[in-house]
Amino acid sequence: MMKRGSLAVILTLVTVLAILLVLAGLDLSPGPADSTSMPPEEKTGTTAADSGSLRLRQERGRYLAQLANCMGCHTAQGGQPYAGGKELPTPFGTFITSNITPDKQTGIGNWNEQDFWKALHEGKSRDGRPLYPAFPYTEYTKISREDSDAIFSHLQSLAPVAQENPSGRIQFPYNFQPLLSLWRFIYFKPGVYQADSGQSGEWNRGAYLVQGLGHCSACHAERNPLGAVVGAAGGETLGGGQIMGSNWYAPSLTSSFEAGSAGWPLDEIARLLTTGVSLKAATSGPMADVVRQSLQHLTAEDARAMAVYLKSLPESAQPPPPPQAINEQGRAWLERGSAIYEKHCKDCHGSSGEGAPGIYPPLAGNRGVVMTPPVNAIRSILIGGYPPSTSGNPKPYGMPPFAQVLRDDEVAMVLSYIRTAWGNAASLVTRDQVDKSRVGLH
Amino acid sequence: MKTFFLMMAICSIVLAPGAEFAVAAAVDVPDTMAERVKPCVACHGSEGVAGKDSFYPRLAGKPKGYLFNQLRDFRDGRRYYRPMALLLENLSDEYLMEMASHFADLKQPYPPPEPASLTPGEAALARRLIENGDSARNIPACVECHGKALMGTPPFIPGLLGLPRMYMVAQFGAWRSGGLLRGRKADCMSEIGKQLTVEETNALAAWLSSRPVPERDFSVATLAAEMAQRCGDIVRSSAE
Repeated sequence: MMKRGSLAVILTLVTVLAILLVLAGLDLSPGPADSTSMPPEEKTGTTAADSGSLRLRQERGRYLAQLANCMGCHTAQGGQPYAGGKELPTPFGTFITSNITPDKQTGIGNWNEQDFWKALHEGKSRDGRPLYPAFPYTEYTKISREDSDAIFSHLQSLAPVAQENPSGRIQFPYNFQPLLSLWRFIYFKPGVYQADSGQSGEWNRGAYLVQGLGHCSACHAERNPLGAVVGAAGGETLGGGQIMGSNWYAPSLTSSFEAGSAGWPLDEIARLLTTGVSLKAATSGPMADVVRQSLQHLTAEDARAMAVYLKSLPESAQPPPPPQAINEQGRAWLERGSAIYEKHCKDCHGSSGEGAPGIYPPLAGNRGVVMTPPVNAIRSILIGGYPPSTSGNPKPYGMPPFAQVLRDDEVAMVLSYIRTAWGNAASLVTRDQVDKSRVGLH
Repeated sequence: MKTFFLMMAICSIVLAPGAEFAVAAAVDVPDTMAERVKPCVACHGSEGVAGKDSFYPRLAGKPKGYLFNQLRDFRDGRRYYRPMALLLENLSDEYLMEMASHFADLKQPYPPPEPASLTPGEAALARRLIENGDSARNIPACVECHGKALMGTPPFIPGLLGLPRMYMVAQFGAWRSGGLLRGRKADCMSEIGKQLTVEETNALAAWLSSRPVPERDFSVATLAAEMAQRCGDIVRSSAE
């Protein structure tokens, strides 16, 4: 209730401000399509050397597009790669991704390098329209011009797919364009990644990948009610946050109580990123998607660079408050949880939560299961799933879905048990928390 | 040399900061497909023999290409069932094929037939459709694709015996409403399902589920060219 109230206040203020700015003659509307939006020039008489270097650039672009995970959003479930049509639900409405194959009518066949750069770097469409930040130009703006051009040349080398996608369903007032322009004015500052000369080349490469192409903060950061990353001005923003439009929490990459990697060996960080599993953890949910679609393609050098950078992030977290003492009722709850664990979980995760590292994640000391909020662990129990098939782990072992097997209170009991057994000391889980996580399972 | 690196690797794990990576004795996990398909058996039963209720069908012994097509269609949203899509979303075609192969190779006894609850008229109706179809409505005989013994035509066409009646009723309903394979074009079973009446599908489900599964083999036939053409999407869609 509080939250909705404050959102309304912010919206009103922002709308009033927008109107004032417009009245004051500030041009927040998109400018006319500029002269750079010409169709790509037909090249004639290309030499063998030209076509060789073009191929190299396309190949590099292919790799960079994988790291930026363009395909992840611009491909519908079971659809043609890069032809768009995927729905992205957010609190502001549903966005539908665009076709970025080089089809002239329905894709970006009429774009040139400059148009593409403008989208990535400035968040503007070819016709000058400001884009919604569901397209993560707030991160992509850090990508270098050279990399942008390479990605573009790769996309232009794809077979064109004629696929018209429906337009998104953006709710009022977010569909009021001056508001978007104002949002950009407040929260978005274009700028390519600037290397930190006090750090190694490897660290800087890692920072570039994490902040730009990898756009990790698109998920691993808290957002304000207007969808802007909290504290976006300047510093690193990987403090964890609820992923918009989903029941997953993207854990903090700067907290040793969540997914901070300061205490991890570099090889283990790189292994988790590229194979989807490590000795301590297995990826699930949206992160498993990211590993499958994007991170598994990292070269060993780039994976290590990301690991070096992630490991160096300064600790941001305070220790969570100790959980309340468990009363008689709580003890009965845990006892029933223990029986469920015995029946359904012990075979794979072990009688002491020891698991089988790299196969079935250990649960004792597993930050993913003791984290606040417990949504990811609840979700994993309900939907099960496999870490991704990757070249480093082509045939992963998986977790059964229990949504069909256990009731909400049973899921809450067994997770409460796991969160308090074998040295784990997190809060108990309630049946209501499980019920909320069932959204979108059918 | 190899041993040296192995020792180094072990040392580096043990000496990792905070000893966080010193791993306790782990659960012993067999490196087998049976272990890898454990998530399936939670609903489909141990060895894929029978589901926890009628709506989770048996997997054991179904044709490999058929199982692969179902797995891939679930993953890609063409056969719509969200829990299966969520379970499989990050698995490769190659791995799904291995899973299909694993279940196809399982030789497990079938459950006893369900007691028949058909009037003689209903039984005759079911048998007529199974043996002859109805050419006036362009409905082929079931045996044309599903085999004389109704145990399928490998690798893509599944058998019809040994399935629970309620499962078949539900599947017929889904074919008719177009909900089973939403995204797929020119799907022959959907066309056939839409031609059948509820009386017919109920009779078929009751009759088929009351038939015992033949002791041994069943599946030598190949699909007639005409049917392969008509069901081309099913037959061609696999890497098989």
